[in-house]
Order: sequence, then structure tokens, then C-alpha cells
Amino acid sequence: MTDLTSRAPSPTDSAPARNVGFYAAWGIFIVAVLVLPLIFRSGGSHTTFSLIGIAAIFALSYNILLGQTGLLSFGHAVYYGLGGFLAVHGMNAIAAHGLPVPLPFVPLIGGFAGLVFAIIIGWVSTQRAGTVFAMISLGIGELVASSSLILRSFFGGEAGITTNRTDLPALFGWNFGPQIQVYYLIGFWLIISAIAMYALTRTPLGRMCNAVRDNPERVQFIGYDPHVVRYLSFCFAGFFAGIAGALAAINFEIANAAYLGAVQSGVVLFATFIGGVGYFFGPVLGAVVVTMLQLELSDVTSVWQLYFGIIFIGIVMFAPGGLTSLLMMHRPLLRAGTLPMVLPAYLIALVPTLLFACGVILAIEILAVYSQGGSGSGTIHLFRIPFDLASPMTWLIAAVLTIGGFYVARMTWRGVTDAWDRAMTVARERGYHA
Amino acid sequence: MLELIVISTLNGVLFGMLLFLLSSGLTVIFSMMGVLNFAHASFYMLGAFFGYQLTRWIGFWPALVLAPLLVGAIGMAVERYGLRQTHKHGHVAELLLTFGLAFAIEQVVQMIWGKLPMDYRVPALLDFPAFTIFSTNYPAYKMFMLLVSVVIFIALLIVLKRTRVGLIVQAALTHPNMVAHLGHNVGRVFMMVFGVGTALAAIAGVIAGPALVTQADMAALLGPILFVVIVVGGLGSLPGAFFASLLIGLVQTFAVSVNGSLASLFGPLDPSIGPSLLTDVWNVTIAQIAPILPYVLLVLMLIVRPMGLMGTRET
Amino acid sequence: MTNAIEVRAVEKKFGNVHIIRDLNLTIGQGERHAIIGPNGAGKSTTFNLISGHITPTSGEIDLNGQRISGLRPFEINRRGLSRSFQVTNVFAKMTVWENIRCAVLWATGHRYAFWKNVDSLPEVRQRTAEILEDIHLTHRRDVPAGLLTYAEQRELEIGITIAGGASVIMLDEPTAGMSNTETDRAVALIRRLTEGRTLVIVEHDMSVVFGLADRISVLVYGNIIASGTPEEIRGNPKVKEAYLGEEDH
Repeated sequence: MTDLTSRAPSPTDSAPARNVGFYAAWGIFIVAVLVLPLIFRSGGSHTTFSLIGIAAIFALSYNILLGQTGLLSFGHAVYYGLGGFLAVHGMNAIAAHGLPVPLPFVPLIGGFAGLVFAIIIGWVSTQRAGTVFAMISLGIGELVASSSLILRSFFGGEAGITTNRTDLPALFGWNFGPQIQVYYLIGFWLIISAIAMYALTRTPLGRMCNAVRDNPERVQFIGYDPHVVRYLSFCFAGFFAGIAGALAAINFEIANAAYLGAVQSGVVLFATFIGGVGYFFGPVLGAVVVTMLQLELSDVTSVWQLYFGIIFIGIVMFAPGGLTSLLMMHRPLLRAGTLPMVLPAYLIALVPTLLFACGVILAIEILAVYSQGGSGSGTIHLFRIPFDLASPMTWLIAAVLTIGGFYVARMTWRGVTDAWDRAMTVARERGYHA
Repeated sequence: MLELIVISTLNGVLFGMLLFLLSSGLTVIFSMMGVLNFAHASFYMLGAFFGYQLTRWIGFWPALVLAPLLVGAIGMAVERYGLRQTHKHGHVAELLLTFGLAFAIEQVVQMIWGKLPMDYRVPALLDFPAFTIFSTNYPAYKMFMLLVSVVIFIALLIVLKRTRVGLIVQAALTHPNMVAHLGHNVGRVFMMVFGVGTALAAIAGVIAGPALVTQADMAALLGPILFVVIVVGGLGSLPGAFFASLLIGLVQTFAVSVNGSLASLFGPLDPSIGPSLLTDVWNVTIAQIAPILPYVLLVLMLIVRPMGLMGTRET
Repeated sequence: MTNAIEVRAVEKKFGNVHIIRDLNLTIGQGERHAIIGPNGAGKSTTFNLISGHITPTSGEIDLNGQRISGLRPFEINRRGLSRSFQVTNVFAKMTVWENIRCAVLWATGHRYAFWKNVDSLPEVRQRTAEILEDIHLTHRRDVPAGLLTYAEQRELEIGITIAGGASVIMLDEPTAGMSNTETDRAVALIRRLTEGRTLVIVEHDMSVVFGLADRISVLVYGNIIASGTPEEIRGNPKVKEAYLGEEDH
């Protein structure tokens, strides 16, 4: 595939001498999962953390396909959704028959549901990679989503199937009624799944996934069938997506057709890609960012999904390695101590860039109000500054900020490129490459 | 019964020709540039909405010309400032760019025109029944749609067979690697191909708008079917796209008009079974499964003939 | 003793074009066999046919007495045949070390294992390290393969080809594009690494061919017109006329 899937963490055989950064990253990750809900104690933040945890598992499972194996799927929600539905049916059966299965084991039901469907569907769809795989995943996604509306007794039609997580046997006195208990259930599975998925990248299969991603033709001449490699990768992705879907079902106590739909598949693609497919923790960062955007932006503006699309396009065009690769780009500069050389250029570029962004936002917002209200009157607030829609000044400001900001920003970003080149040259001279 | 067959065939061919207006552009763009334009159906939707808006302002006939030109210009801008920039990051990045674009276009359309269907009417000139067949009036507008798509189909054939650009496109279809050797004007050729492809999609949108529903979700509904068409036809094959378009057009139209189910054929199941997957399957009508038929076809095709109907090459 | 490779009456058509017609080729165990011929003679196609990259339209190919025509490339590779590519064909975004290690994994029996830590497989590490040492790239082990120099990439290509321990090694123009010193180095490398194995090589550089090969086959328009020791080929009038003669033009 391409640059964007290239920078997978590939430490060589230095198993005993993993660097400090490796342990630090995992340490920070685990501590954050465990401690954050104790710092932010409101019910709202516990709900947010739960959503982020589910999205993180789902995005990590998606990156087994996209980042590790180079498979772009437009239908990964199929396995998430089927995992969710099977989990709900499983929970209802456990409650109805009084089976001795506590809630923390339910995600396994979802995982195996995802795995079984991936085993069935994957063989045909992984025969080819690239664009054909992408189209097939889209077609199968639509097929399953449409079928779910026909098979009402299993999928519950438009309404979905509900369940009650507290009907299951309690474990160590936890009945998982309170959100904080659900959160820790999700956090537990997040840590377990993340470790398992990382370990997978360090196995012979995981290494061959990268080889298939880079050069499927050559793989055939070192004894491997790229189809089998893709298929196994697909099955693992289905398993972990199923776990995420089951956790979502536990969290919301419902599974409905939206779980398997194109929107859900699109969101996980956005999250994974915005976070960055080249680093293991990229999708986790993406899950945090996208979940926060979904929750926060939708409060502020009615056209939040448009911003979402614009951010995604911006990342594809200007930072195809995602946010993590933007951050990791600075590592050699940081090590070589040349980071201060680029900071002034950043600060200079920041001002017109922000003004440009404000201009775009203002233009979008007045357009939104204008076309929805129809009348073209009223005021909108941008960063608490009121703008009168009827006044031509508002339109003028938006135009000047957008166009002027764009040209000035483009000039200043050239300065950033120059400063960057200088800093990188010095860093190279000091022996820090990447 | 005969009435049903005649009307459904007409409607099916019509829908198929509309699909071909879209899938031909998509196929040519894919063959030449290696980009599967995920936003292709979005340009179709833009065509419908521009057509609607321009019809209100200046009338249907100018809109029929202007809307595709506008959309083609947008398409060219997307190629010039978007895809060309992204090309260095590879085909997956390009595919993702068009994916993001499809999403953004849907949001913009929703922002400007809202989520409700538009009142996009058939022009008065064509608002009469063309002929009556077995007591069913067949609208003249549909015949007009058929005429437009057939004319464009023939025009495309002539361009492909008779002009220099057509020769380049044909060469690109059979030997995708040679596009790189076109020389210095390759950028302009790409931009033009992208512009024409999106303009064709927009024409389909302008003429389909009044007959079908002009609504912000029309791209999301049609897009996946379009991809089924070009995969079933065989990626990069224009004749394949043509036959697959007709096939899917006919299959869907017939399925919608047939109301049979297993239950109506064999009688209802024993009521003591209660609601289950089996009764779901037993009672579902063919009309209800019409939306999933293209995808079933896709899966069957992949199992039987992974190259597609007339595909010759691996990706 | 069975021959390493036996090609019998193989024919390959693309559409109506005959690329290969009635190809017959026998390569004995342990032989160093060079295939030469003018451009477009079908040398690369012959390689692709034997290694399973393309399937013959008709005819049979045996590897160590086993039928391999019609098998997929990885099945042929598992039966003990490994090939390199004319255009460098490595895993560009993985490190040199990982490139070699991937090529070692199947042969060491780890296949699609997803329950083993790849970093703690002693025989894999040892073999990878040995091969890196053999191809003189130990000092470049952590560099992504795409960032190597051209000559280094060619050496890596050879390393990947021999890493699986195949008994038959096929090298497609291994020294193409190299300087004289680089070529000498590569020839020495090839000679050493293919010790005790069967080597099939396509090469344009006649000094490499005559320096390395025990036997030479001359391919012209999809037909083997002569096959023999370097001396026999040198003296063969048909070869002079059809091939060496052409070089003079």
C-alpha cells in the first residue's frame, strides 16, 4: 500500500531491550484507563469514558485490517453489530434461564459472534485486496444492514432488541447497574484487548500481515498465501470488533440496526485514520478525538458532521499518517534538541491559520442559518461574539478572513517548511534520523 | 401479467441506462487514474439539486445544460486541487479523500436544502402520458429520460471510437500502465476525464431528479449499488458496466413489482411456530428483498466469477 | 537422480500471441545454469512460468521429479524453489532484518502461527542473523529496505531469495544496473550462497554468465536453440548467428 500505512512500529528482534518509550506508552495507557474516572467523577464523564473505551477497541480492531494488513474496509460495523446483537440475545437467554454467567463474560459471546461471521464472510471477501476488497466490504455491509430490517424476529426491526444488564448474576457484589461499574468492565476489556492485539502484531502471522500489506506479490515467493494471511487477519479483526459491539450492547442495553450500518462503519474508519494507522496507539487517540468531537461539536453547532468531514479531508490531504504521525514527526527534533528552531515558525503560522479557520466556520454557520431559516435575519454567536446575519459586514468579515487568511497562512507555512528543514538537517547531523 | 412485464422492462431499462450514465464515468475514471471515485453518486446528487434549484430560477431546459457544467467544473476542481495533491500518498488515500468528500457533500446538501424531499417537478412540456399500454399511462417524461440516456450512450460510443481522447481512454482501459506514458499533458487529460465523468453523473441527476426522489440521502442510497454494478461488470470494463447496469436495473425493477413470497406460494406456516427467523424468511415478499438483491448478486458473482462479468484483470 | 527442473513442451500464449512455443529445458541437480538470449526472447516469461507467476497454456514442468505446473507460486516455493526479481521487489517499508526474517518464517515451520512471539524464536533469529552476515548487511539491519542503496537492495533481494533454504534458486538479472566492482562482489556472493544448490540465472552480462555457469541455454523467440557447456555455446554456430551475431549490430 502506501505511505500512510508505512510507519508501523517495527522494532526488530531486540525483545529484551525494549526502549523506555515502549513501556512508558503502555504504562500511561493503563494508568489513564484506571485512574481517569476517579479524577473526573461526574456521571457524564463516566458515560464519555465508556464510549471512548468502546470506540478504542473497535478502532484498534479496525487497524488490524487497515494499518497492519493494508485492507480498507467500508463494512467493519457488520462484526461489531452482530457481536452486539448476539450479546443482547445471550444476555436475555442468561437472564431467562438463570444461567450462572456473570456480565463480564458476555463480551466473549460478542467476540465469538464476530469471529464466526468473519470466518464465513471473510473467505470470499479477502481473496483480493485493494479496491476490490473495499467494494466487497461495502456491498456485504449493505447486505447485512438491509437484511437486518427484514429478519425482524432476530434484529427487532427498527426498534432493535433491548436487554437489562442487571438481570445477570452479580460478580463480587458488582451488579453493573451504575455507570462507573460498566466503565470498569469496558476498561478491563480495553486493556485485555489492546494487549492481545499488540501481541498479535508480534507473532509470525502479525509480521506477515505487514509483509502482505507492503508487497503481496513477493509474499507468494517466500512460501505464503497472501489470501490466507488476509483471511486470518480479517478473522481477528472480526473477533475484537465483536467484543466492542458486545460492550456497546451492555452499555446501552440495546442493539439496533444502526450498530451494523454504513454510518458506524464510516465512524470507525474516521477514528482510525484521524488517529493514525501507522502507530499501534494511533486508533486509540483517534477514538478519543472522534468521540469527543461527536459529543461536544453536536452541542455547539447543527452542522457538526460537516466539520467532521472537513477535518477528515484535511487529514487525508495534509497528514495522511494521522495525528500520531504528526506528533511522532517531532521525535527526532525533540531528541536532538532542535525543536525550538521550529516553534517560532509554528507560532507565526498559527495566527493566520486560526483566522482562516474562523473565516470558514463563520461562512459555514451563516450559510447554515441562512438556508435553514430562509429569512436571513437573526444573530449567531461565534466564540461569544455576536454576528448580525442581516448585516453585510458579517458576510464581508467571513470573506476577508477566509480568503485573506488562506493566502497569508499559505505564506507562513512555507516558513514552517523551511524552519523544519533546517531543524531536521541539524538533527541529522547530530545523529537522530527518525 | 404481460402488462407488468412490459412496464417493468421499460422501467428496468430506464433505470439501467441511468446507472450506466454513472457507471461509465466511474469506470473510465477508475481505469485511467486508478481512483475509485467514492463520491461519484454525490456528483449525481449535486446534479439533481442544482437541476432543481436552477429549474426554479431559470427553467428546466437551461438547467439541464447548466447544472452538469457546474458539477463538471466542481469535479475538475476536485481533481486539480484534491486528488492530484493526494496522489503521492497512493490510491488508498485517494479513495479515502473521495470517501470524505462524499460525506462532506451530503452534509452541505443537507445544510442548504434540508433533509426533506424537494418539490422537483417534471417540466410542463413533458407532463403528459406518452402512450397507454393495457390501461397504464406511460409518462412522456420517462421516455424523455430514456432518450437522453440513449443519446448520451451513442455520443460516448462515437467519442470513444472516433476521437483522439477516445483512443487514449480506450488504450487506458486495456493497458492501464501506459497512461503514465501519455506525456506532459497527462494532468489535463485526467482533469478532463474527471470533469466529464462527473458531468455525466450530473446529467443523470438532473433528469432523474423529477422522476425519482430528490433528497439529501439519494447519493448514499445509490452509491453502493453503483459499486455493485462496476464490480459485477468487472472493474475497468465499459461493456461490463453496461450489461451489469441493465441487469441490475431490470432485476431491481422486477423484484419491486413482484409481490410473491414463500408464504403466498406454499401457504402460511403452522401458526404454532410463532415468530422466528424461519417465519421471517417465509413471509418476506420479493418486493421487500428488492433492495438487497444487488448485494446478493455481488456475493454470488464473487463466488462464481471473481473477475466480474467481463473483467479481464486483477486489481 | 532426478533432474532439478524439467520443462517439457511448454507453451504460453497471451491472447493470440505466442510468447513461448514448445519450450524444453532440463537442469540437473547442483547445476549452475544460465539462460541467455536477446531482449524479448522470453527469458523472464520462462522464469515466471517455472516459478508459477504465470501458468503455462500447455506442457509440463517438474521440480525434483514432482509436477509443479499449474501450482500457485507459494506451493512451488514450499516444494523448494525460490526466485528473485529483475525489478527489486522487497518489503520496502519493513527493515532489512524484517525482510529476511519474513523469508525465513515459513521454512522454519512457523507458518501462520499467531500464538508465538516472533522475537523469541531462537532458530529464526539465528538464521536471519546468519543470512544478514552472508549478504553483508548486518550493519544496515534496522534501516527500512526502501532506503537502501540500489546495490544493497539487490543484495537484500538475493538474501530474501535464499533465506528459505530452497534447493533451487532462480535469479533474474541479479547484477543488472550494477557497477563493475558491485558486479564482482555480487557474483562472489552468488557463488558462495548457492554452494550445493541448483542455480538458474538470467543475465545479460556475458562475463557474469561465462564466469558463473556450468551450463548455458540460449533462448530465442521462445525457443531453446542450444544448450550446453560454456565452451559448447561459444562454439555453436547457431548461437553465433542468432544471438551473439545480433549483439554486434
